Amino acid sequence: MSDKVLMKGNEAAAEAAIRAGCRYFFGYPITPQTEVSAYMAKKMPKIDGVFLQAESEVAAINMVFGAAGAGARAMTSTSSPGFSLKQEGVSYIAGADLPCVILDVVRAGPGLGGIQAAQSDYFQVTKGGGHGDYRLIVLAPSTVQEMATFTALAFDLADKYRNPALVLSDGILGQMMEPIDFDDVEAGFDPSKIRDFSDKPWATTGTNCKRGQNLIKSINTNPVELEQENIERYAKYAEVEKNEKRCETIGVENADVLFVAYGTSARICKNTIELLKKERVTAKLFRPITLWPFPDDALKLAAKNVKAVVVVEMSHGQMIEDVRLNIQDKPIYFSGRSGGMIPLPADIAKVAIDAVSVIKNDGSNTYEGGRE
Amino acid sequence: MEKVFSKPHVLTDTPTHYCPGCTHGVIHRIVAKVIDDLGIEGDTIGISPVGCAVFMYNYFHCDFQQAAHGRAPAVATGVKRVHPDKIVFTYQGDGDLAAIGTAETVHAATRGENITIVYINNSIYGMTGGQMAPTTLMGQVTQTTPYGREASTQGFPIGIAEMLSTLEGPSYIKRCAVDSIKHIKDTEESLRVAFQRQIDKKGFSLVEILSTCPTNWGMPPLEAMEWERENVFKVFPLGLYKDKEINFYHKDVANADEKAIKASENSGTDCDSIKEED
Amino acid sequence: MTTHSILLSGFGGQGILFAGKLLAYMGLIMDKNVSWLPSYGPEMRGGTANCNVIISDDTIGSPIINNPSTLICMNKPSFNKFVPMVEKNGLVVLDSSLIDIKGERGDINFVEIPATQIATDNQHPKLANMVMLGRTLKELNLGDESVVISALKKTIPNRKIEMLEVNKKAILAGYNFT
Repeated sequence: MSDKVLMKGNEAAAEAAIRAGCRYFFGYPITPQTEVSAYMAKKMPKIDGVFLQAESEVAAINMVFGAAGAGARAMTSTSSPGFSLKQEGVSYIAGADLPCVILDVVRAGPGLGGIQAAQSDYFQVTKGGGHGDYRLIVLAPSTVQEMATFTALAFDLADKYRNPALVLSDGILGQMMEPIDFDDVEAGFDPSKIRDFSDKPWATTGTNCKRGQNLIKSINTNPVELEQENIERYAKYAEVEKNEKRCETIGVENADVLFVAYGTSARICKNTIELLKKERVTAKLFRPITLWPFPDDALKLAAKNVKAVVVVEMSHGQMIEDVRLNIQDKPIYFSGRSGGMIPLPADIAKVAIDAVSVIKNDGSNTYEGGRE
Repeated sequence: MEKVFSKPHVLTDTPTHYCPGCTHGVIHRIVAKVIDDLGIEGDTIGISPVGCAVFMYNYFHCDFQQAAHGRAPAVATGVKRVHPDKIVFTYQGDGDLAAIGTAETVHAATRGENITIVYINNSIYGMTGGQMAPTTLMGQVTQTTPYGREASTQGFPIGIAEMLSTLEGPSYIKRCAVDSIKHIKDTEESLRVAFQRQIDKKGFSLVEILSTCPTNWGMPPLEAMEWERENVFKVFPLGLYKDKEINFYHKDVANADEKAIKASENSGTDCDSIKEED
Repeated sequence: MTTHSILLSGFGGQGILFAGKLLAYMGLIMDKNVSWLPSYGPEMRGGTANCNVIISDDTIGSPIINNPSTLICMNKPSFNKFVPMVEKNGLVVLDSSLIDIKGERGDINFVEIPATQIATDNQHPKLANMVMLGRTLKELNLGDESVVISALKKTIPNRKIEMLEVNKKAILAGYNFT
């Protein structure tokens, strides 16, 4: 037996953050992510770290702003309604070019919605959500192991690009237990540097009267200068797009159907692919791992020889817009459930079978737009 | 010749953007003098608000972070938790601190967060052009109370010093003014106590400073001071509201008792059916 | 290649999640792929609780079990709700001390065991979950005593380690029930 332990996704993410050098966690209770706070509350005081339960999600993200600006690896976690509240702070953090990590364990909406798992935060995490021109680096785990690995990776990417990074989970990934091996959690962080801020010379650590002022801010009322700041930030985003697109393709090369799904939906698609084998329909899965930057070229390649594309989401279709932007010459179908309902492999399989049979009847695979 | 007066070292040479007759300049200088006197310039990290003082980082040499509207106490909390030995202060107006940021203010205070808040109360939103603030007096005319503030629609002014002094967490809460030399000296002394409280790690300190806004009150500066004395002082009495050493009990979690851990493990969906055997 | 999709269900407080965790650890110890997914939310507080455990030679796709191969059932509401979902030729292990309904499906195997009664007779009424688990392990021919003990060591907190022996006894009582 390996050294693997069984852990909930929420706890695995929390432990990985600690291993990645995070000693400042600011939380606020909301189901289904509260285990993250509970884990941090238990561990942080024992390792000279800080767990603080804030008065609101708004306060928590602004505490992250302060701690990140002060040079530390800082984190907060929440679920969908809480992330809506954090959007203000996220925009300020992006505008001040601060690195930090946010975990969003998505639940069904809109409004207070329900506490069961969903993927309906895709828009608000990948398309900004807060005000202004900015981007979040978004990683979408689909296993408990990835909850850990991607949380640690998020810290590295955040520091590398001085940009907030978000781990997009859901209620199922947060609550489920799977074996996890922390040796596989690559944290590019030297534990001896936890309170050494020398590699962040911009941080507000006090001038010690030996250097000029360090200033963390997003305000600039000079349009010429503010536009220039935005241009420079977009040059940074171009670098991120060049270097950090991540994805996974699973299944036979020459499949008829391409599923596009992330996180829990991607796992359900794997079952669907097995189900379709019995129906003699070949299918493969394209799983975006970074939702921003979206792995567009890899998607185009994966879709090259398929007859139809089926996007599967636990929502009414959000990522499908990015799929449509990248695939114009194939019919694109959608199969999804919302409100905390989970797509059934049989229902998804039916959409795939229908898609393939429509094409066979048409005798072509090149019609405009497709349908949902 | 003996030098008897000079600009505090922590202040920069940048001319301020404040209106003529505004008291922000006076208060900046007092804060700067206290920082100089305590010898903490190199250790100080300021948090500027949203409002007229948003650009105050241009006037100080020390490190600064600029916070979202009302969030300065939360940002200060983040900074202070990372650098507990540095001196962290926020400088906030009444719209920022007593309206949009009330929750952040109250909770930083009740946590006894070891920071200092310089709270400027001039009864109006200055930067946006003179709208009603939570501290606007009854009957006071502003852009959004053109017939005077009236309780049936706008409620009553908030006394932050009074409210926070009911909490256990704060160590030092004082209300001052800068309308006279006497009051200016008192403000300086109060800020010195407030910052010293933080240096001594004795907890949360807040100094509320009553101020004028000649531009938006529509009065010449001296007349504004007079109006302040006759009206504002009656609603917001000057004085010491709280002065108490807070004893922060620190639990040694390395040897935390098993019961506490057990209680947390048994909550939520943690699988612990063994507990049912008790 | 085998996959066990085991749905454990009952009331909150019967140790459903714990029994599931023990099963998952057994799978892990046997070098299988495993997943454990609880129901969560307000229904946990005294209502029904259920838990999805998958033990497989293959990589696990969805952790959600739509059609369990095995149902471990410890109350009537879950019996009524979940029996229709059990896959053909599947197994239902039910606590006959608590469920007085007879299974009507002819295409699945019903195994009855008065688990709560057995546990009560053994002076540990709350370990009916372990009795149920023991009976299930026998029926599925899953794991052996050393695997069970290793899994118990992983799931019982250190401060409660004295409970290992009674848990083991309860599992054996279920396993040996005829």
